[in-house]
Amino acid sequence: MAQQRLTGYRRPDGRAGIRNHVVILPVDDLSNAVAESVARAIPGTLAIPHPYGRLQFGADLGLFFQTMIGTGANPNVAAAVVIGIEPAWTERIADGIAETGKPVAQFSIERHGDLRVLELAARRAGQLLQDASELARVPVDRGELLMSIKCGESDTTSGLGANPATAQAVDRHIAAGGTVIFGETTELTGGEHLIAQRCATGEVRKKFQAFFDNYFAMVERTGANLLGSQPTQGNIRGGLSTIEEKALGNIQKTGTVPVVDALAPAERPTRAGLNFMDTSCAAAEFITLTAAAGAVVHLFPTGQGNVVGHPVEPVIKITANPLTLATMSEHIDVDVSGLLRLEYGLATAGDRLQDVLDRTINGRLTCAEVLGHREFALTRLHPSA
Amino acid sequence: MTEPAPAAGQGEVDFLAHRRGDDVAVAVRDTAPGAARAAYLDSGDRFGIEVRTPVPLGHKIALRDLAERENVLEYGVPIGLTRAPVAAGELVHTHNLRSARWRSSV
Repeated sequence: MAQQRLTGYRRPDGRAGIRNHVVILPVDDLSNAVAESVARAIPGTLAIPHPYGRLQFGADLGLFFQTMIGTGANPNVAAAVVIGIEPAWTERIADGIAETGKPVAQFSIERHGDLRVLELAARRAGQLLQDASELARVPVDRGELLMSIKCGESDTTSGLGANPATAQAVDRHIAAGGTVIFGETTELTGGEHLIAQRCATGEVRKKFQAFFDNYFAMVERTGANLLGSQPTQGNIRGGLSTIEEKALGNIQKTGTVPVVDALAPAERPTRAGLNFMDTSCAAAEFITLTAAAGAVVHLFPTGQGNVVGHPVEPVIKITANPLTLATMSEHIDVDVSGLLRLEYGLATAGDRLQDVLDRTINGRLTCAEVLGHREFALTRLHPSA
Repeated sequence: MTEPAPAAGQGEVDFLAHRRGDDVAVAVRDTAPGAARAAYLDSGDRFGIEVRTPVPLGHKIALRDLAERENVLEYGVPIGLTRAPVAAGELVHTHNLRSARWRSSV
Protein backbone atom coordinates (compact mmCIF):
# COMPACT_ATOMS: atom_id res chain seq x y z
CA MET A 1 0.00 0.00 0.00
CA ALA A 2 1.32 3.45 -0.92
CA GLN A 3 2.38 5.43 2.13
CA GLN A 4 1.01 8.95 2.34
CA ARG A 5 3.30 11.84 3.18
CA LEU A 6 2.46 12.76 6.77
CA THR A 7 2.31 16.32 8.05
CA GLY A 8 1.82 17.89 11.45
CA TYR A 9 2.75 20.80 13.69
CA ARG A 10 6.24 20.97 15.20
CA ARG A 11 6.06 22.28 18.78
CA PRO A 12 8.85 24.18 20.58
CA ASP A 13 9.69 21.09 22.69
CA GLY A 14 10.32 19.07 19.52
CA ARG A 15 7.20 16.94 19.69
CA ALA A 16 4.81 16.66 16.73
CA GLY A 17 1.05 17.22 16.82
CA ILE A 18 -1.68 16.75 14.22
CA ARG A 19 -4.08 19.48 15.37
CA ASN A 20 -3.51 23.15 16.22
CA HIS A 21 -5.89 24.00 19.06
CA VAL A 22 -5.88 27.08 21.27
CA VAL A 23 -7.43 25.78 24.50
CA ILE A 24 -9.15 27.69 27.30
CA LEU A 25 -8.40 25.53 30.34
CA PRO A 26 -10.37 26.08 33.56
CA VAL A 27 -8.44 25.01 36.66
CA ASP A 28 -11.63 24.18 38.55
CA ASP A 29 -15.41 23.84 38.26
CA LEU A 30 -15.87 27.47 39.33
CA SER A 31 -13.95 28.70 36.28
CA ASN A 32 -15.93 26.77 33.67
CA ALA A 33 -18.43 29.59 33.11
CA VAL A 34 -15.90 32.27 32.20
CA ALA A 35 -13.74 29.78 30.25
CA GLU A 36 -16.75 28.90 28.11
CA SER A 37 -17.58 32.58 27.71
CA VAL A 38 -14.07 33.22 26.41
CA ALA A 39 -14.43 30.39 23.88
CA ARG A 40 -17.77 31.84 22.75
CA ALA A 41 -16.25 35.31 22.41
CA ILE A 42 -13.34 33.99 20.34
CA PRO A 43 -14.73 31.28 18.02
CA GLY A 44 -11.98 28.85 17.05
CA THR A 45 -10.69 28.51 20.59
CA LEU A 46 -11.72 25.49 22.61
CA ALA A 47 -12.88 25.50 26.25
CA ILE A 48 -12.33 22.27 28.20
CA PRO A 49 -14.78 22.38 31.14
CA HIS A 50 -14.70 19.74 33.90
CA PRO A 51 -16.23 19.28 37.37
CA TYR A 52 -13.13 19.05 39.61
CA GLY A 53 -10.06 20.92 40.82
CA ARG A 54 -11.23 21.93 44.30
CA LEU A 55 -10.14 20.38 47.62
CA GLN A 56 -8.28 17.56 45.93
CA PHE A 57 -5.20 16.36 47.81
CA GLY A 58 -2.44 13.78 47.90
CA ALA A 59 -2.08 11.32 45.02
CA ASP A 60 -5.44 12.42 43.58
CA LEU A 61 -4.26 16.05 43.41
CA GLY A 62 -0.98 14.92 41.84
CA LEU A 63 -2.84 13.11 39.06
CA PHE A 64 -5.11 16.14 38.62
CA PHE A 65 -2.16 18.47 38.02
CA GLN A 66 -0.45 15.94 35.77
CA THR A 67 -3.60 15.53 33.68
CA MET A 68 -4.32 19.27 33.36
CA ILE A 69 -0.71 20.15 32.57
CA GLY A 70 -0.42 17.21 30.18
CA THR A 71 -3.57 18.27 28.33
CA GLY A 72 -2.26 21.80 27.79
CA ALA A 73 1.19 20.45 26.92
CA ASN A 74 -0.22 17.96 24.35
CA PRO A 75 1.38 18.56 20.93
CA ASN A 76 -2.08 19.02 19.39
CA VAL A 77 -2.33 22.24 21.41
CA ALA A 78 -0.67 25.38 20.01
CA ALA A 79 -1.35 27.64 22.98
CA ALA A 80 -3.29 27.64 26.26
CA VAL A 81 -5.23 30.15 28.34
CA VAL A 82 -5.48 28.90 31.94
CA ILE A 83 -8.22 30.35 34.18
CA GLY A 84 -8.66 29.49 37.87
CA ILE A 85 -10.53 30.83 40.86
CA GLU A 86 -7.30 31.79 42.64
CA PRO A 87 -3.76 32.42 41.35
CA ALA A 88 -1.64 29.68 43.02
CA TRP A 89 -2.96 26.50 41.37
CA THR A 90 -3.62 28.51 38.19
CA GLU A 91 0.06 29.41 38.07
CA ARG A 92 1.11 25.84 38.81
CA ILE A 93 -0.80 24.52 35.78
CA ALA A 94 0.19 27.42 33.52
CA ASP A 95 3.87 27.05 34.44
CA GLY A 96 3.73 23.30 33.84
CA ILE A 97 2.36 23.83 30.34
CA ALA A 98 4.83 26.67 29.65
CA GLU A 99 7.75 24.24 30.19
CA THR A 100 7.00 22.98 26.66
CA GLY A 101 7.88 26.44 25.34
CA LYS A 102 4.42 27.05 23.88
CA PRO A 103 2.58 30.32 24.64
CA VAL A 104 0.51 30.20 27.85
CA ALA A 105 -1.58 32.94 29.49
CA GLN A 106 -3.10 32.77 32.97
CA PHE A 107 -5.93 34.59 34.73
CA SER A 108 -7.58 34.19 38.13
CA ILE A 109 -11.06 35.28 39.11
CA GLU A 110 -10.82 36.35 42.77
CA ARG A 111 -10.32 40.16 43.13
CA HIS A 112 -11.28 40.60 39.44
CA GLY A 113 -14.59 38.82 38.79
CA ASP A 114 -15.77 36.86 35.77
CA LEU A 115 -16.40 39.89 33.53
CA ARG A 116 -12.98 41.48 33.95
CA VAL A 117 -11.34 38.07 33.39
CA LEU A 118 -13.56 37.53 30.36
CA GLU A 119 -12.32 40.69 28.70
CA LEU A 120 -8.63 40.17 29.48
CA ALA A 121 -8.62 36.45 28.66
CA ALA A 122 -10.62 36.93 25.44
CA ARG A 123 -8.21 39.62 24.22
CA ARG A 124 -5.25 37.32 24.90
CA ALA A 125 -7.00 34.26 23.42
CA GLY A 126 -7.64 36.21 20.23
CA GLN A 127 -3.95 37.05 19.87
CA LEU A 128 -2.96 33.43 20.54
CA LEU A 129 -5.46 32.21 17.95
CA GLN A 130 -4.09 34.58 15.32
CA ASP A 131 -0.54 33.46 16.10
CA ALA A 132 -1.56 29.78 15.93
CA SER A 133 -3.24 30.35 12.57
CA GLU A 134 0.14 31.23 11.10
CA LEU A 135 1.76 27.95 12.11
CA ALA A 136 2.22 25.76 9.04
CA ARG A 137 2.06 21.99 8.72
CA VAL A 138 5.47 20.42 8.17
CA PRO A 139 6.49 16.85 7.28
CA VAL A 140 6.55 14.51 10.29
CA ASP A 141 7.66 10.92 10.71
CA ARG A 142 5.06 8.28 11.54
CA GLY A 143 7.24 7.03 14.37
CA GLU A 144 7.14 10.32 16.29
CA LEU A 145 3.33 10.43 16.52
CA LEU A 146 2.25 9.01 19.89
CA MET A 147 -0.86 6.87 19.41
CA SER A 148 -3.32 5.40 21.92
CA ILE A 149 -5.80 2.53 21.56
CA LYS A 150 -8.90 1.62 23.51
CA CYS A 151 -12.10 -0.10 22.46
CA GLY A 152 -15.58 0.73 23.76
CA GLU A 153 -19.11 -0.64 23.81
CA SER A 154 -17.41 -3.75 22.52
CA ASP A 155 -19.25 -6.84 21.42
CA THR A 156 -18.20 -10.11 19.90
CA THR A 157 -17.67 -8.42 16.51
CA SER A 158 -14.93 -6.35 18.17
CA GLY A 159 -12.86 -9.46 18.90
CA LEU A 160 -13.60 -10.90 15.45
CA GLY A 161 -13.07 -7.79 13.35
CA ALA A 162 -12.44 -4.25 14.62
CA ASN A 163 -9.84 -5.16 17.23
CA PRO A 164 -7.68 -7.44 15.04
CA ALA A 165 -7.84 -4.73 12.34
CA THR A 166 -6.60 -2.19 14.90
CA ALA A 167 -3.79 -4.61 15.78
CA GLN A 168 -2.59 -4.33 12.19
CA ALA A 169 -2.21 -0.57 12.62
CA VAL A 170 -0.51 -1.03 16.01
CA ASP A 171 2.08 -3.46 14.64
CA ARG A 172 2.75 -1.18 11.65
CA HIS A 173 3.06 1.93 13.83
CA ILE A 174 5.56 0.24 16.10
CA ALA A 175 7.48 -1.23 13.16
CA ALA A 176 7.87 2.40 12.00
CA GLY A 177 9.57 3.24 15.31
CA GLY A 178 6.40 4.55 16.94
CA THR A 179 4.89 4.32 20.39
CA VAL A 180 1.39 3.10 21.27
CA ILE A 181 -0.38 3.22 24.64
CA PHE A 182 -2.98 0.64 25.67
CA GLY A 183 -4.46 0.12 29.14
CA GLU A 184 -7.90 -0.73 30.60
CA THR A 185 -6.54 -2.58 33.59
CA THR A 186 -9.64 -4.51 34.70
CA GLU A 187 -10.43 -5.33 31.10
CA LEU A 188 -7.48 -7.69 30.95
CA THR A 189 -9.05 -9.98 33.57
CA GLY A 190 -8.87 -13.52 32.24
CA GLY A 191 -6.19 -12.61 29.70
CA GLU A 192 -3.72 -10.79 31.98
CA HIS A 193 -1.32 -13.73 31.65
CA LEU A 194 -1.15 -13.09 27.89
CA ILE A 195 0.02 -9.50 28.53
CA ALA A 196 2.41 -10.58 31.30
CA GLN A 197 4.00 -13.07 28.88
CA ARG A 198 4.59 -10.26 26.38
CA CYS A 199 6.36 -7.94 28.84
CA ALA A 200 9.85 -7.29 27.48
CA THR A 201 11.67 -7.71 30.81
CA GLY A 202 11.07 -9.04 34.29
CA GLU A 203 11.03 -5.47 35.59
CA VAL A 204 8.20 -4.48 33.21
CA ARG A 205 6.30 -7.69 34.04
CA LYS A 206 6.55 -6.93 37.76
CA LYS A 207 5.28 -3.36 37.26
CA PHE A 208 2.42 -4.57 35.06
CA GLN A 209 1.41 -7.33 37.45
CA ALA A 210 1.40 -4.90 40.42
CA PHE A 211 -0.90 -2.49 38.56
CA PHE A 212 -3.22 -5.35 37.60
CA ASP A 213 -3.28 -6.96 41.05
CA ASN A 214 -3.98 -3.63 42.79
CA TYR A 215 -6.90 -2.75 40.49
CA PHE A 216 -8.33 -6.27 40.68
CA ALA A 217 -8.09 -6.26 44.49
CA MET A 218 -9.87 -2.85 44.60
CA VAL A 219 -12.75 -4.27 42.58
CA GLU A 220 -12.94 -7.46 44.64
CA ARG A 221 -12.88 -5.53 47.94
CA THR A 222 -16.15 -3.84 47.02
CA GLY A 223 -17.88 -7.23 46.90
CA ALA A 224 -20.04 -5.80 44.13
CA ASN A 225 -21.63 -7.67 41.24
CA LEU A 226 -20.02 -6.11 38.17
CA LEU A 227 -22.37 -7.64 35.61
CA GLY A 228 -23.79 -4.61 33.80
CA SER A 229 -20.78 -2.44 34.75
CA GLN A 230 -17.89 -4.58 33.49
CA PRO A 231 -19.01 -6.06 31.10
CA THR A 232 -21.35 -3.10 30.46
CA GLN A 233 -25.02 -3.48 29.61
CA GLY A 234 -24.09 -2.56 26.04
CA ASN A 235 -21.46 -5.32 25.95
CA ILE A 236 -24.04 -7.85 27.16
CA ARG A 237 -26.63 -6.66 24.66
CA GLY A 238 -24.01 -7.21 21.97
CA GLY A 239 -23.38 -10.80 23.06
CA LEU A 240 -20.43 -10.57 25.45
CA SER A 241 -21.15 -12.72 28.52
CA THR A 242 -18.19 -12.38 30.92
CA ILE A 243 -15.24 -10.14 31.75
CA GLU A 244 -12.91 -12.89 30.48
CA GLU A 245 -14.55 -12.93 27.06
CA LYS A 246 -14.47 -9.13 26.88
CA ALA A 247 -10.80 -9.10 27.92
CA LEU A 248 -9.74 -11.61 25.28
CA GLY A 249 -11.44 -9.51 22.60
CA ASN A 250 -9.84 -6.37 24.02
CA ILE A 251 -6.36 -7.90 23.89
CA GLN A 252 -6.80 -8.70 20.17
CA LYS A 253 -6.14 -5.04 19.38
CA THR A 254 -2.70 -4.90 21.02
CA GLY A 255 -1.00 -6.67 18.12
CA THR A 256 1.94 -8.99 18.43
CA VAL A 257 4.74 -6.77 19.72
CA PRO A 258 6.34 -6.89 23.21
CA VAL A 259 5.13 -4.62 26.02
CA VAL A 260 8.11 -2.34 26.68
CA ASP A 261 6.85 -0.49 29.76
CA ALA A 262 4.03 -0.24 32.30
CA LEU A 263 3.05 3.37 33.03
CA ALA A 264 1.15 5.07 35.86
CA PRO A 265 -1.99 7.03 34.80
CA ALA A 266 -1.10 10.00 32.52
CA GLU A 267 2.62 9.15 32.64
CA ARG A 268 4.49 10.07 29.45
CA PRO A 269 6.14 7.05 27.76
CA THR A 270 9.93 7.09 27.50
CA ARG A 271 10.39 3.82 25.60
CA ALA A 272 9.37 3.41 21.94
CA GLY A 273 6.98 0.52 21.36
CA LEU A 274 3.84 -0.79 23.04
CA ASN A 275 3.28 0.72 26.51
CA PHE A 276 0.69 -0.43 29.05
CA MET A 277 -0.93 2.33 31.15
CA ASP A 278 -2.85 1.63 34.38
CA THR A 279 -6.30 3.09 33.66
CA SER A 280 -10.03 2.84 34.08
CA CYS A 281 -11.88 1.21 31.18
CA ALA A 282 -14.30 4.15 30.80
CA ALA A 283 -13.65 5.65 27.37
CA ALA A 284 -13.44 9.36 28.20
CA GLU A 285 -11.33 8.74 31.32
CA PHE A 286 -8.91 6.62 29.30
CA ILE A 287 -8.47 9.06 26.42
CA THR A 288 -8.15 11.98 28.84
CA LEU A 289 -5.21 10.14 30.48
CA THR A 290 -3.49 9.21 27.21
CA ALA A 291 -3.93 12.72 25.81
CA ALA A 292 -2.34 14.02 29.02
CA ALA A 293 0.55 11.63 28.37
CA GLY A 294 0.96 13.27 24.96
CA ALA A 295 -0.95 10.97 22.61
CA VAL A 296 -2.00 12.82 19.44
CA VAL A 297 -4.31 10.25 17.79
CA HIS A 298 -6.54 7.49 19.12
CA LEU A 299 -7.81 4.29 17.46
CA PHE A 300 -11.18 3.28 18.90
CA PRO A 301 -12.68 -0.04 17.79
CA THR A 302 -16.35 -0.39 18.77
CA GLY A 303 -19.06 -2.99 18.47
CA GLN A 304 -22.34 -1.50 19.65
CA GLY A 305 -21.26 2.06 18.86
CA ASN A 306 -19.56 4.11 21.58
CA VAL A 307 -19.61 7.74 20.33
CA VAL A 308 -16.76 9.18 22.44
CA GLY A 309 -14.44 11.98 21.33
CA HIS A 310 -11.87 14.17 23.09
CA PRO A 311 -11.17 17.91 22.97
CA VAL A 312 -7.59 17.66 21.68
CA GLU A 313 -6.88 14.02 20.72
CA PRO A 314 -8.83 12.95 17.58
CA VAL A 315 -10.63 9.60 18.00
CA ILE A 316 -10.99 7.28 14.99
CA LYS A 317 -13.87 4.78 15.22
CA ILE A 318 -13.60 1.34 13.65
CA THR A 319 -16.38 -1.24 13.58
CA ALA A 320 -17.13 -4.62 12.04
CA ASN A 321 -20.73 -4.70 13.29
CA PRO A 322 -23.16 -4.43 10.33
CA LEU A 323 -26.05 -3.31 12.58
CA THR A 324 -23.98 -0.45 14.00
CA LEU A 325 -22.94 0.58 10.49
CA ALA A 326 -26.57 0.52 9.34
CA THR A 327 -27.95 2.48 12.31
CA MET A 328 -25.20 4.96 13.32
CA SER A 329 -22.85 5.39 10.38
CA GLU A 330 -22.26 9.07 11.22
CA HIS A 331 -20.03 7.88 14.08
CA ILE A 332 -17.93 5.33 12.19
CA ASP A 333 -14.71 6.31 10.39
CA VAL A 334 -13.64 2.84 9.24
CA ASP A 335 -15.90 -0.05 8.14
CA VAL A 336 -14.26 -3.48 8.47
CA SER A 337 -17.51 -5.48 8.44
CA GLY A 338 -16.22 -7.40 5.41
CA LEU A 339 -14.05 -9.36 7.85
CA LEU A 340 -17.22 -10.99 9.23
CA ARG A 341 -18.39 -11.89 5.74
CA LEU A 342 -14.89 -13.28 4.92
CA GLU A 343 -14.73 -10.84 2.00
CA TYR A 344 -11.16 -9.87 2.82
CA GLY A 345 -8.51 -10.59 5.40
CA LEU A 346 -6.81 -8.64 8.15
CA ALA A 347 -4.11 -7.16 5.91
CA THR A 348 -6.81 -5.51 3.77
CA ALA A 349 -8.69 -4.33 6.86
CA GLY A 350 -5.40 -2.93 8.15
CA ASP A 351 -4.91 -1.05 4.87
CA ARG A 352 -8.40 0.48 5.16
CA LEU A 353 -7.65 1.66 8.68
CA GLN A 354 -4.18 2.90 7.74
CA ASP A 355 -5.63 5.02 4.95
CA VAL A 356 -8.08 6.77 7.30
CA LEU A 357 -5.42 7.10 10.02
CA ASP A 358 -3.00 8.81 7.63
CA ARG A 359 -5.68 11.15 6.30
CA THR A 360 -6.69 11.99 9.88
CA ILE A 361 -3.07 12.75 10.75
CA ASN A 362 -2.96 15.07 7.72
CA GLY A 363 -6.01 16.99 8.90
CA ARG A 364 -9.17 15.07 7.93
CA LEU A 365 -11.71 15.54 10.73
CA THR A 366 -12.92 12.38 12.47
CA CYS A 367 -16.62 11.65 12.87
CA ALA A 368 -16.33 12.51 16.58
CA GLU A 369 -14.73 15.87 15.76
CA VAL A 370 -17.44 16.68 13.21
CA LEU A 371 -20.18 15.76 15.69
CA GLY A 372 -18.60 17.90 18.42
CA HIS A 373 -17.70 15.07 20.81
CA ARG A 374 -15.22 16.60 23.27
CA GLU A 375 -15.50 14.36 26.31
CA PHE A 376 -12.95 15.27 28.98
CA ALA A 377 -13.16 13.13 32.12
CA LEU A 378 -10.64 13.38 34.92
CA THR A 379 -9.71 10.15 36.70
CA ARG A 380 -10.13 10.42 40.48
CA LEU A 381 -7.96 8.30 42.78
CA HIS A 382 -9.91 9.15 45.96
CA PRO A 383 -12.54 11.66 47.21
CA SER A 384 -11.82 15.34 47.81
CA ALA A 385 -11.07 16.59 51.33
CA MET B 1 -2.28 -12.27 13.68
CA THR B 2 -2.91 -14.86 11.03
CA GLU B 3 -4.54 -13.84 7.81
CA PRO B 4 -7.84 -15.72 7.44
CA ALA B 5 -8.11 -17.41 4.09
CA PRO B 6 -11.34 -16.20 2.47
CA ALA B 7 -12.19 -19.08 0.15
CA ALA B 8 -13.69 -17.64 -3.04
CA GLY B 9 -17.05 -18.94 -4.13
CA GLN B 10 -17.97 -20.63 -0.86
CA GLY B 11 -20.43 -17.93 0.14
CA GLU B 12 -20.94 -16.23 3.45
CA VAL B 13 -21.14 -17.98 6.81
CA ASP B 14 -23.58 -17.69 9.72
CA PHE B 15 -21.08 -18.30 12.51
CA LEU B 16 -17.39 -17.64 13.07
CA ALA B 17 -15.26 -19.46 15.67
CA HIS B 18 -11.90 -17.97 16.58
CA ARG B 19 -9.98 -21.25 16.46
CA ARG B 20 -10.37 -25.00 16.30
CA GLY B 21 -10.97 -26.36 19.80
CA ASP B 22 -13.18 -23.43 20.86
CA ASP B 23 -16.47 -24.41 22.53
CA VAL B 24 -18.46 -21.50 21.06
CA ALA B 25 -18.89 -19.68 17.76
CA VAL B 26 -20.32 -16.17 17.18
CA ALA B 27 -23.32 -15.46 14.96
CA VAL B 28 -22.36 -12.90 12.29
CA ARG B 29 -26.07 -12.46 11.38
CA ASP B 30 -29.36 -13.20 13.12
CA THR B 31 -29.88 -16.97 12.93
CA ALA B 32 -32.91 -19.24 13.40
CA PRO B 33 -33.07 -22.97 14.28
CA GLY B 34 -31.89 -25.24 11.48
CA ALA B 35 -28.74 -26.02 9.53
CA ALA B 36 -26.13 -23.27 9.49
CA ARG B 37 -22.70 -22.60 7.98
CA ALA B 38 -19.68 -21.88 10.14
CA ALA B 39 -15.96 -21.23 9.71
CA TYR B 40 -12.84 -21.03 11.83
CA LEU B 41 -11.35 -17.55 11.64
CA ASP B 42 -7.75 -18.75 12.01
CA SER B 43 -7.75 -21.35 9.22
CA GLY B 44 -10.80 -20.42 7.15
CA ASP B 45 -11.94 -24.08 7.37
CA ARG B 46 -15.71 -24.47 7.00
CA PHE B 47 -18.04 -26.68 9.02
CA GLY B 48 -21.77 -27.20 9.46
CA ILE B 49 -23.75 -26.72 12.65
CA GLU B 50 -27.36 -27.37 13.74
CA VAL B 51 -28.89 -24.32 15.45
CA ARG B 52 -31.34 -25.33 18.23
CA THR B 53 -32.34 -21.92 19.61
CA PRO B 54 -32.38 -18.55 17.80
CA VAL B 55 -28.96 -16.86 18.08
CA PRO B 56 -28.95 -13.10 17.30
CA LEU B 57 -26.07 -11.29 15.60
CA GLY B 58 -23.05 -11.21 17.93
CA HIS B 59 -24.31 -13.89 20.29
CA LYS B 60 -22.72 -17.29 20.80
CA ILE B 61 -23.72 -20.86 20.02
CA ALA B 62 -22.35 -23.95 21.79
CA LEU B 63 -20.30 -26.11 19.45
CA ARG B 64 -20.50 -29.16 21.76
CA ASP B 65 -22.51 -30.39 24.74
CA LEU B 66 -21.27 -28.66 27.90
CA ALA B 67 -21.81 -29.94 31.45
CA GLU B 68 -22.64 -27.71 34.44
CA ARG B 69 -19.63 -25.80 35.85
CA GLU B 70 -17.51 -26.61 32.83
CA ASN B 71 -14.85 -24.21 31.48
CA VAL B 72 -15.92 -22.71 28.15
CA LEU B 73 -13.15 -21.97 25.64
CA GLU B 74 -13.08 -19.07 23.16
CA TYR B 75 -9.83 -17.76 21.59
CA GLY B 76 -8.46 -21.05 23.02
CA VAL B 77 -8.79 -19.54 26.53
CA PRO B 78 -11.47 -20.05 29.25
CA ILE B 79 -14.12 -17.29 29.18
CA GLY B 80 -16.13 -18.57 32.17
CA LEU B 81 -18.05 -21.46 33.70
CA THR B 82 -21.40 -22.85 32.64
CA ARG B 83 -24.19 -22.29 35.18
CA ALA B 84 -26.15 -25.27 33.80
CA PRO B 85 -25.75 -27.97 31.14
CA VAL B 86 -25.78 -26.53 27.61
CA ALA B 87 -26.49 -28.63 24.51
CA ALA B 88 -24.61 -28.17 21.25
CA GLY B 89 -26.53 -25.69 19.11
CA GLU B 90 -27.97 -23.68 22.03
CA LEU B 91 -27.41 -20.01 22.81
CA VAL B 92 -24.58 -19.36 25.30
CA HIS B 93 -24.89 -16.10 27.25
CA THR B 94 -25.22 -14.68 30.76
CA HIS B 95 -28.15 -17.01 31.58
CA ASN B 96 -25.95 -20.10 31.34
CA LEU B 97 -22.39 -18.74 31.52
CA ARG B 98 -20.72 -16.80 34.37
CA SER B 99 -17.31 -15.30 35.05
CA ALA B 100 -14.84 -17.49 36.90
CA ARG B 101 -12.89 -14.36 37.92
CA TRP B 102 -15.35 -11.71 39.20
CA ARG B 103 -16.34 -13.82 42.19
CA SER B 104 -19.27 -11.63 43.24
CA SER B 105 -20.70 -11.40 39.73
CA VAL B 106 -23.05 -14.36 39.72
